[in-house]
This record gives sequence, structure tokens and C-alpha cells, in this order.
Amino acid sequence: MKRKIPFFITTFVGVFMTAKFFLKDPSVKAVADEIEQWALIIVGFAIVLGVANIFRLSLLAIVRRKPDWQYKVILLLSFLVTSIAGFTAFAIKGDVFGNNVFTFIFYNAYFPLGATMYGLLSFYIASAAFRAFRAKNIESGLMLSAAILVMLGRVPIGMALSDIFPKLANWIMIVPNSAGQRGIIMGATIGVVAVGLKIILGIERSYLRGE
Amino acid sequence: MKFFSRAHFVVEMFFIVQEFLRQISIKKILCRAWETRSSVKGMLSFFSRIWNYLIEKSDSIFYSDRLSVLLYICAFMLMFFLLLRHARKGKKLFFRQIPGLKALDEAIGRATEMGKPVLYVPGIDGVDEIQTLASLNILPYVAEKTAQYQIPLVVPTRDSVVLSICEEIVRQSYILAGKTEYFDRNNVRYLTDEQFAFTAAVGGIMLREKPATNIYLGSFYSESLILAETGFASGSIQIAGTATIAQLPFFIAACDYTIIGEEFYAASAYLSQEPSLLAGIKAADFLKIFLLLIFIISICVAVFSPEFLKFITLIF
Repeated sequence: MKRKIPFFITTFVGVFMTAKFFLKDPSVKAVADEIEQWALIIVGFAIVLGVANIFRLSLLAIVRRKPDWQYKVILLLSFLVTSIAGFTAFAIKGDVFGNNVFTFIFYNAYFPLGATMYGLLSFYIASAAFRAFRAKNIESGLMLSAAILVMLGRVPIGMALSDIFPKLANWIMIVPNSAGQRGIIMGATIGVVAVGLKIILGIERSYLRGE
Repeated sequence: MKFFSRAHFVVEMFFIVQEFLRQISIKKILCRAWETRSSVKGMLSFFSRIWNYLIEKSDSIFYSDRLSVLLYICAFMLMFFLLLRHARKGKKLFFRQIPGLKALDEAIGRATEMGKPVLYVPGIDGVDEIQTLASLNILPYVAEKTAQYQIPLVVPTRDSVVLSICEEIVRQSYILAGKTEYFDRNNVRYLTDEQFAFTAAVGGIMLREKPATNIYLGSFYSESLILAETGFASGSIQIAGTATIAQLPFFIAACDYTIIGEEFYAASAYLSQEPSLLAGIKAADFLKIFLLLIFIISICVAVFSPEFLKFITLIF
């Protein structure tokens, strides 16, 4: 029963969503739209599970004085202050940014921290490129040559050296690069159809476990 | 005696084929094809008219521009059931080795030897993303292995629905492995919904808990390289798998093994070796060969007959 009910729900929902993709029938569309609404409601409820999980883990770490428990205190405090400020602003002014505390946290902590993480990416690209572009064999040598040509074609110095570099860079990007990408996309798309059908038909049931 | 009768048969066949080739030369075939070009043209325009008529009539019932998708699905289903019958008869289906999946056992083994945890990131999307579902199909295999070897499996999630599913999968896998006492629900964690906060939190886990093996399977965006580089810096063996084209180069550059595109969707079948799942992979392979043949034939014929090209464009 533990496997049959989820399997039945998966098949029912899968069939209706597939039917909605193909059929113009309004009744099918109505059922599928209703299912989508249910999914949104379930996701909304599931957020409570996530919050409960993070609370439980952090409190346990603080109470048991696990390593780095101080970070958990900061996490819980930040969570509580931001939530209270946001909910209060929304309740009073109908807008989360209607509160100075929330606005301050958003623009002076949340936003710069996110931007910092994203900014780190440029340094990681440099370190990853350094490792990837070492010509250890023919394949990596080819990749290195292609990368040098593309980079030369994309920067002003390459264009100043010769007209050939931008043309060559474009050719590499449009012909071999696109061909490779399309091959991967086609394979992956067929894979998506295969996985989707296997899940809907109940052939793929690894995620249910408990056999 | 048997040998002589076979040799006689071969010689006889040789003469028959030689005579056949003499009578119907390639030149003659090409001339005949050129002569019948106009009738082929007529036939194609006739089929085009029938196709258009069918689409016109069915337009009120279903989206006719999506008919090609339905055709692919039907072709896939047909091939799938044929191959499933074949596989259930006990006949072996050939699959090439996928190094990234073969390395899973090796990576978990390494974590066991070092007595350190395995980190499994099931992507950053929700369950409405097929890559997450594909990842959740691989998670039971990894969880069962870690349960057998009695090492912790840390699963950080960005989505609370994925959290619930992962928790259940890991629990069931530990039960199936008979190691319920080693299941720690605190290791399946919800971190945050925010993309870069999640990235920072996973990076923190890598640097503080020092997992020996990092497995990234699912849908990833710009955080892929940050995760993979942090994992590299912490000295972990890393296996990544995604069908997000833009992130593949980053994983290839920073991880030890990368499972690319379709390999990722085939992973669950490859690991379980179940005939029904393997038949699905083989059917997808045949569908790819079929599409490739259509491309090649279309290119060749389109050069000679623009009508055929029109017909193909109409269907696909």
C-alpha cells in the first residue's frame, strides 16, 4: 500500500499533465490546472517542514554544544529578526519593505552577501581554467588551442593582431561548439522523455523504495 | 562433404550477385530514380495534402503543432515494449561503460577507508524539475551503499519538498540494507531557498565536515563551479552529473568524473541493471538512431527534392 498509493497519484497526475499538453479539451485543462494549484499548496505547506528542520538542527547543535555552534546562534537570530521584521511590515503596511529593519537587513546584509558569493565565481573560473587548460594529452591540448583561439577572437588585442581571430572564434563557437551542444541536448531531451514515461508508467520506482 | 556443399553455395551466390549487378548497374538505378522524380514529387505532395487535412480536422481537439512529440512518444513506447519483451526473455542488452557511474562505488569505498562522510547534493531545483527526479532515482543506490559501509551520508537540500523525499529515500535505503541504527535524520538537511546562501552553506559543510566524496547530481546553475572548486580545495573526490549544458564545462574542469546529459538519465537503470529500466534506455538509444537516420536521409534527399524537405518540415 505504501508504494501503491504514491504510484497511483504519480500516474494519475502524470497522465493528466501529459493530456493537457496535447489536448485542447477544457475539462482536461480544468483538472490539470486544479492539480497545479494543489501542487502549489503542498509546496507552501512543505516550507514549514524546511523551517522546522533548520530550527531543530540548529537548536540541537546549540544545546549539545557541537563544533561551530556559534554559527547556529547567528543563523537563528538572523532568521528570527528578519522574519519578525518582514511579517510586521507586511501586517502593518502590506509591504515587507515598509519596515526600516527589514529594508536595512535586505540592502546591507542579504543583497551584498549574495553579490559576494556570485563575485567569487570569477576567481573560481580562473583557478578551474588553470587546471583544465594544462595540455596533458591530445584532447586537453585541443581544448587549450580552441580556448586560446576563442579568447583571442573575443578580446581587442586579438582583433588588433589579425582579422582571422574573430572569424575563427566565431566559427569554433557556431560550428563545432553548437554541433556538440546540440548532440548533448538531443540526447538529454530523449532521456527526459524516457525518464518521464518510466515514472508515469511506474517502471521507474527507485524513489519509492520500501519494496 | 559439408564444406564442399557450402563452398559450392558461396560460389553460386557470387555468380548470381555478379549477374544481378551487371544487369542493374548503379548508373541505371540513378537514371531510373531521375526519371521517376516527378512521380515521387507527386506522391509527396499527395501525402502533404493528407497530412494537412488531418491536422486541420484534428486542430479543434488537440494542438496539432505538438503532434510530432506524440509521434516520438508512440515510437518510444513501441520500441520500449518490444525491448522489454526481449529483455524479459533473458537476452542481454549491451550497454557501454559509464566511467562516472562506475566511479560511484570507488568513491564511496574511499570515504569508507577514510572514515569520512559522503556528501550528496541533489541539485538546486524542486521536484518539478526532471533532473531532480533523475537524481532522486540515484540517491537510493548511494544511500544503500553508505548504509552497508556504515558511513554517514549528508544530503543538503534547497527545496523543502525535496528534503521530505530525500529523508524518506535515505531512511528506506538504510532499512533495506538492515542498518537502521546508522540512519541519522540530522544528515538530511534543509539549508535555504536562496541560491547563493545554499551554495555558501554547502561550501561550509565541505570545509567543516570534510567529506571524502562529493556527489553533485541534478540541476545546477552558476553555483556549480563554486561548489566544485570548494570541494576540490577540501580534497574530496568529486562526481558530478547534470543535463544543464551551460554548467557541464565547469563540472568537467573541476570534478574527477562527470556524467554528461543522457548518461545522467540512464544512471538509475545502469546502476540497478533491472531489465525494465534497461529496456527504456535501449529504446531511447534506438530512437536516437532513428532520428539520426531521418536527419541523414532528409539532408541527402532534400538536396534533390525540395518537396521532400517541405514534407519533413511539416511533420517534424
